[in-house]
Amino acid sequence: MTSPAMAARFSGARRRRRVVNAAACGLLSAAVVVALIPLVAVLSYVVGRGTEALSIEFLTHSMKGVGPLDDAGGAYHAILGTLEQVAIAAVLAVPLGLAVAVYIVEYGGGRFAYAVRFLVDVMTGLPSIVAGLFIFAFWVLALDKGFSGLAAGLSLAVLMLPVVVRTSEEMLRLVPHELREAGYALGVPRWRTTISVVLPTASAGITTGVMLAVARVTGETAPLLLTAFGYDAIRRSPFEGPQSGLPLYVFSQAGSAFDVAVRRAWAGALTLIVIVLVLTVTARLLAGRSRLPNS
Amino acid sequence: MSKRIETKGLRAFFGSFLAVDGIDLTIEPKQVTALIGPSGCGKSTFIRSLNRMHEVVPGARVEGTVLLDGDDIYDPGVDITELRRTVGMVFQRPNPFPTMSIRDNVAAGLRLNGVRRKSELDDAVERSLRMAGLWGEVSNRLDRPGASLSGGQQQRLCIARAIAVAPEVLLMDEPCSALDPVSTLTIEDLIVDLKDEYTIVVVTHNMQQAARVSDVTAFFTIEAAGEPGRLIEVGETSKIFTKPDDARTEAYITGRFG
Repeated sequence: MTSPAMAARFSGARRRRRVVNAAACGLLSAAVVVALIPLVAVLSYVVGRGTEALSIEFLTHSMKGVGPLDDAGGAYHAILGTLEQVAIAAVLAVPLGLAVAVYIVEYGGGRFAYAVRFLVDVMTGLPSIVAGLFIFAFWVLALDKGFSGLAAGLSLAVLMLPVVVRTSEEMLRLVPHELREAGYALGVPRWRTTISVVLPTASAGITTGVMLAVARVTGETAPLLLTAFGYDAIRRSPFEGPQSGLPLYVFSQAGSAFDVAVRRAWAGALTLIVIVLVLTVTARLLAGRSRLPNS
Repeated sequence: MSKRIETKGLRAFFGSFLAVDGIDLTIEPKQVTALIGPSGCGKSTFIRSLNRMHEVVPGARVEGTVLLDGDDIYDPGVDITELRRTVGMVFQRPNPFPTMSIRDNVAAGLRLNGVRRKSELDDAVERSLRMAGLWGEVSNRLDRPGASLSGGQQQRLCIARAIAVAPEVLLMDEPCSALDPVSTLTIEDLIVDLKDEYTIVVVTHNMQQAARVSDVTAFFTIEAAGEPGRLIEVGETSKIFTKPDDARTEAYITGRFG
């Protein structure tokens, strides 16, 4: 059936296929390695430099009364500020964003829902300094509320909101329509089906999306400059007066001419990364694995 | 415990498209009525208009009357959630709630409608699972996820879930089409058992299945693509399958089309 000529042709094709396959695999592996280089480099460098100044003292002291050349002080006030500001942003943006996503997916179908989606898309690309400027002009100046952790939280909420809406929206869309119908067919009202069937089914994905949004805003520096402003001492209340935040702290310390300050900046950066990591891992553990059916 | 359904001049639309036209059909209680016909003939649309699930699809609407023991279910005063508890539904693909355990799946209809008493829920779960013939297989793992069961077990779980809210009518939209032959037989036996208690309507593509489980068979068809589905003939299953009145019915059941 197979003539020698045909066999030769097939073996040629097979050899060519094997070469192309090997080349493609090689290229893809190379791409992975190249993509990993900056990631690993940044992480290892931050860990290497950050651990130099990281100490119990660093984590428990503020910069109050620390002179420019003193090898002392820490980021406690900034850690506190960041946690409070991000918490305020999450408390405001997560419920609101989730509600908007539920509206778009479960209830909206017309032009208004389309307009909301479009606006959210535009907001996703909003430069963070603009969010800061907006809160600065509106809250800090026009309403005369002054700099505060709350103002910083508001600007971070503006940045978080579109991310929460978009990721929640996508997760809700993945919930099969048959599950909603199963709820309706049992005589379960629509709102109850949304709360008890649709949202739990999408919860793992929504949590991941929310954590991405939190991680994104935790490192934002520009809006903090215009809203929290920065403060060297511990300020427990986010509602009155300027407050520090870790990104602000890293920014101001890294700008110093003195080596002790630069080392504090690296330690602050490492602390920031660890906070984001802990938040992300905790959220993943809480949400558990995805409950979406594979079909 | 079971109710008679009567449709008069029922027309169902998707937007401006007329999907089924002029259905006059009486469905007797404590019987299994099978709806057969080629794909796209409107069987599913018809069955979904009997518990007002048709209108869940955006733009879909229904004209005509559907009487449930004489009461029009499309009357503006009707509470849709109450109606859907009275007229339960089982879908083509098993769709247990993925975040809920076996127990919670069966109890879902009651729990999400405000029943809180644990003893009442537990009783309903056991009774429904027994009726669905699943109790023996799952009684020792009620806390496992509903999705951990096999396809056939999942479908019986969905049947248990549907009967847990004590409906009068059970609508089944191709309940076996996603199942293997053994699971199909189990479900068919179950359908025959359940007709002692409920009015049952089964949509099926499988004519042997219609012949095995139903007392009455209704044949739907369409003249051409884009035309609405119509009810051609309805009668005792034995008669429809042996000497139907209409030539189209005969052509379909003898396998000449569809």
